[in-house]
Amino acid sequence: MLTLTHYLILSAIVFSISLAGVFINRKNIIILLMCVELMLLAVNTNFIAFSYYLNDTAGQVFVFFILTVAAAEAAIGLAILVVLFRNKRTINVEDLDTLKG
Amino acid sequence: METILFYFFSAFMVLSALMVITVHNPVRAAFFLVLTFFASAAVWLLLEAEFLAVILIIVYVGAVMVLFLFVVMMLDINITELKAGFVKNLPIAIAVALAMFGTIYYVVGGDQFGVEHFATPDRHAADYSNIAALGKLLYTEYVFAFEIAAVILLVGIVAAISLTLRRRPNTRHQKIEDQIAVKSEDRLRVVEMAPHARKGERK
Repeated sequence: MLTLTHYLILSAIVFSISLAGVFINRKNIIILLMCVELMLLAVNTNFIAFSYYLNDTAGQVFVFFILTVAAAEAAIGLAILVVLFRNKRTINVEDLDTLKG
Repeated sequence: METILFYFFSAFMVLSALMVITVHNPVRAAFFLVLTFFASAAVWLLLEAEFLAVILIIVYVGAVMVLFLFVVMMLDINITELKAGFVKNLPIAIAVALAMFGTIYYVVGGDQFGVEHFATPDRHAADYSNIAALGKLLYTEYVFAFEIAAVILLVGIVAAISLTLRRRPNTRHQKIEDQIAVKSEDRLRVVEMAPHARKGERK
């Protein structure tokens, strides 16, 4: 018997894995972007699970908008990455210290 | 049956998500991310979100992940250098992930989302259309947000192109605006000349 808790815990596991991925792959921007996509996937699974168990389609509409924004974000993020690589010949996060924060 | 499918696809999803963050090669990470998307589309199908499951595969696997692969292959990356701090960061990553999972589990793991508060709804009839329900909501109640989403995609296109477009100084281009703005006087010049005799003509 599947309950809402099953789906919520599944997405919690995926979210935690992607959070660990952000820490493990601290240097590689591409894998960092992939971890962000994975986080969005976990959040979307949460939305859809609640939409099903509350019998309300509005949750699916929100997932639709999140997918749209995530696609735009990935396109712009990768474009910035390409420009960055063209200018500095590296995508290592530790080399991107021009601002000296 | 449903429970077996759920556990099968969620195990798939969790394992391939683990592979995404641990493999050394970004191309392999992208392919494991594709696998994660497929497994989670199957989980979404169990939740009767058919349209979004299909959209996840078409848009995410078909467009966004292909974009990732293009960019990974365009960049010439030194993988060994990028993986240098892997082992060093592993303990803190595990600690943070466990803390995150513990916090979420503290909220959702108890009984407040169990079956007595959120009863499993009945499955829809076979002639129920998820796309029709979603479309009805999208074009009435959320039509303004829908338009904004379209504008966001347009801004995304313009930003991505204008960021990556580069003009090389030595290439030859047409100047379209000059070609359109040209007047007939610029092209044809009438020159006054003194008349002179043609060959063979008598003066």
